[in-house]
Amino acid sequence: MSKCKVELAYQILKELHGEVVAEIARHLMKFGPRHIKLISEVTQLRVNQIKKGICILIQHNFVKFDRNKKGVTEYAINTDAVSLQLRYPRYIYCAKTLYGDAAELLVEELLQNGQSLMSIASERVTQRLNEALEATGNPKITSSLVRDKFGLLVKTHFLRRCQTVLTDDENRVISSEEPKETESLFILPPLEAGSKRKRNPDGSGPPSKRSKMEEMDIPPDDGVYWMINVERFHQYFRDQLIINCVNSKIDKQAGEIIRNMLRLSEIKTEPHSTVSATMTITEIFHSLPKELGMTKHIVEQYLSILTEDSVDVISKVCDSSGGLYVINIFKVLKSLCQAHIESFVQERFGSKCLRIFRVLILKKHLEQKQIEEYAMIPTKEAKELLYNMFAEHFITLTEISKTVDHAPSRTYYVFRVNIDQVARIILEKCYKAAGNAIIRRQMEVAKHKRVLDKQERVDAIIASLDQAGADEAQKEEIKETITPPEKEQLERCRTTVNMLEQSEIQTDETIFIIETYLYYSLLNTPIK
Amino acid sequence: MAGRGRGRGKTMSFNVEMLGFGRGETLPAPVQQPRPIYPPQIYKPVALKEGEDYEYMLALKQEFRGAAKKSPFYLNYSEKKRDVERYSDKYQLAQQESERKWIPDWRMFPAELKPATRRKIKSNIKPNLKKARVTERDKEDIVKKLEILETTDSKTEDKDKEDDEKDGEEKKKKDEDGEDIVDEEEIFDDEQLEEETDYGQSYFDNGEGFGDDDDDGDEGPVY
Repeated sequence: MSKCKVELAYQILKELHGEVVAEIARHLMKFGPRHIKLISEVTQLRVNQIKKGICILIQHNFVKFDRNKKGVTEYAINTDAVSLQLRYPRYIYCAKTLYGDAAELLVEELLQNGQSLMSIASERVTQRLNEALEATGNPKITSSLVRDKFGLLVKTHFLRRCQTVLTDDENRVISSEEPKETESLFILPPLEAGSKRKRNPDGSGPPSKRSKMEEMDIPPDDGVYWMINVERFHQYFRDQLIINCVNSKIDKQAGEIIRNMLRLSEIKTEPHSTVSATMTITEIFHSLPKELGMTKHIVEQYLSILTEDSVDVISKVCDSSGGLYVINIFKVLKSLCQAHIESFVQERFGSKCLRIFRVLILKKHLEQKQIEEYAMIPTKEAKELLYNMFAEHFITLTEISKTVDHAPSRTYYVFRVNIDQVARIILEKCYKAAGNAIIRRQMEVAKHKRVLDKQERVDAIIASLDQAGADEAQKEEIKETITPPEKEQLERCRTTVNMLEQSEIQTDETIFIIETYLYYSLLNTPIK
Repeated sequence: MAGRGRGRGKTMSFNVEMLGFGRGETLPAPVQQPRPIYPPQIYKPVALKEGEDYEYMLALKQEFRGAAKKSPFYLNYSEKKRDVERYSDKYQLAQQESERKWIPDWRMFPAELKPATRRKIKSNIKPNLKKARVTERDKEDIVKKLEILETTDSKTEDKDKEDDEKDGEEKKKKDEDGEDIVDEEEIFDDEQLEEETDYGQSYFDNGEGFGDDDDDGDEGPVY
């Protein structure tokens, strides 16, 4: 696990769940699965606090637990899941664009609580929606509508059930496990309020007084917890990337065709396969919406353009039944990732370096002399640029000796670019950048704490005045307590914070592209 | 190694021309310091992407951050003691408490994470009350009362014996057992009640009681 990623995860957790949780998580990320006593010894935290912290981590699906051979429960953290919190706004926004406001709030609710019951989540969302609707003077909506949305999200696999727990003979929870069949993750519980079970939150022991009180409103889907299915979201983002790539490379209509092809092959394609399932040209044609007004001939032409494109978005695998096509998911991702790397090189080292870099990618491996020739850069300058990139490990060097003694005079020095390696370097830099942005933002807020607090107080007073029905003059007076220089300071602070936060979001986009590429690349490399 | 060769006159053990430096060219000066932490930026960063969706996501992120701070899933070190106790503190704390309540579903969590419920030890110490003085007259009254009770008791007992002489003994025993059970249940209920209230308060404390674990403030006055 990379150091920068751990630091990033730590910063995110510190911000969203407080220092104690972050400290425990950092410890687990550094040292792997551990039990409570060991954590408390090293972190110097009180055992009670650690227990609470771990509960929070489990609730948010960051930590799994299992019993080791000695019978002690050990906790293991999933660093990826923790650092994915950076992407939460994107998930919420995605749900909004796909399924509307109710879905947006549902996803937000689940992300805030880590896991939740279907009934409780939809109840809260209905409440929140109704509050908003009332404020704008719109009619209320019923909770069944929200539940339908929930069902839709489950059906499209954007939500999934949480992992189940294993219990021992005495009905004590010992370990968490993923269900073996993926299908069982997406089964909706019966929502008729008929079957009421007695709820026993303590697991064992006599029913306590609280459960007696709560017996009245036990949800019918008690015990079935739901969470966000991150993988499905990522698959959607990946498809969106491919469509955008085609959109900008060819045109909107080609993008539409690819969108339909992705939809067609969605179910048939194996998850994480590097190419999609095959589709015939007639299938593609019939799946296209009529409004596009494309004839079969035009579709054929678009498909041939896409096949001949340098990115190799789709390829024709067979000529039978009018042509069988597949989408080369991996190839698109690779060229996207490469484009990101190239733009990084350009912004970091300048366009002349990019020229050298591109030449190396194109020609696979070159000697120094050849580089100068192909890139058309004078010897001395080319050397400096090349070695600059070499020092940052963007370029690798291979020695091929003519003789066994490896004497420099009788050795070829071949430069090359290893895309995967460069991608990893940039990924690392992205983690670092995102982490730094968070730290810097927190510092910025701490620096202006006094003014920010003042602003908050003034806002509160004005709000209370509003309720009391005070006149404008009074409000104006209160507003003037913030002096013009303070106002300026506030404004500057706000722009800085917004910019830093925006850069976190956009860095995460790059992280997503590189992570996805590396994941597929790993699948694609044959095991030696 | 460099420069050890006799009469070499050069600082390098190999031919510098191999590196691509021509004859008479000056070599770059040796670097004897670590690189600066913040090296000068040659290339300025590109402006961030702008758009409605990015702005919306930014708003979402900030809202999410704000909500996370208020949620029960936020756990900080115990807050530092304030310099002065303020009037407003009382209300702020109360608000936080109500918001920060989360009871995990213990069927989904390992048992060891459950906070141990503190059992109250029932002490046998009782207030040192003086026995009330009993006067002669009181004694007489008690004796009289007991006599009256005795007569009524024997009457009822006689009746009982008349009704069922055979299983009278057994019935008595049963009655006694029954009473015992009732008593036990009452005690049990009491204990549960205490546990419940105790548990609810102890979980997710705001850390105010940090460090003063030793004295249980809720034990009542010490005699």
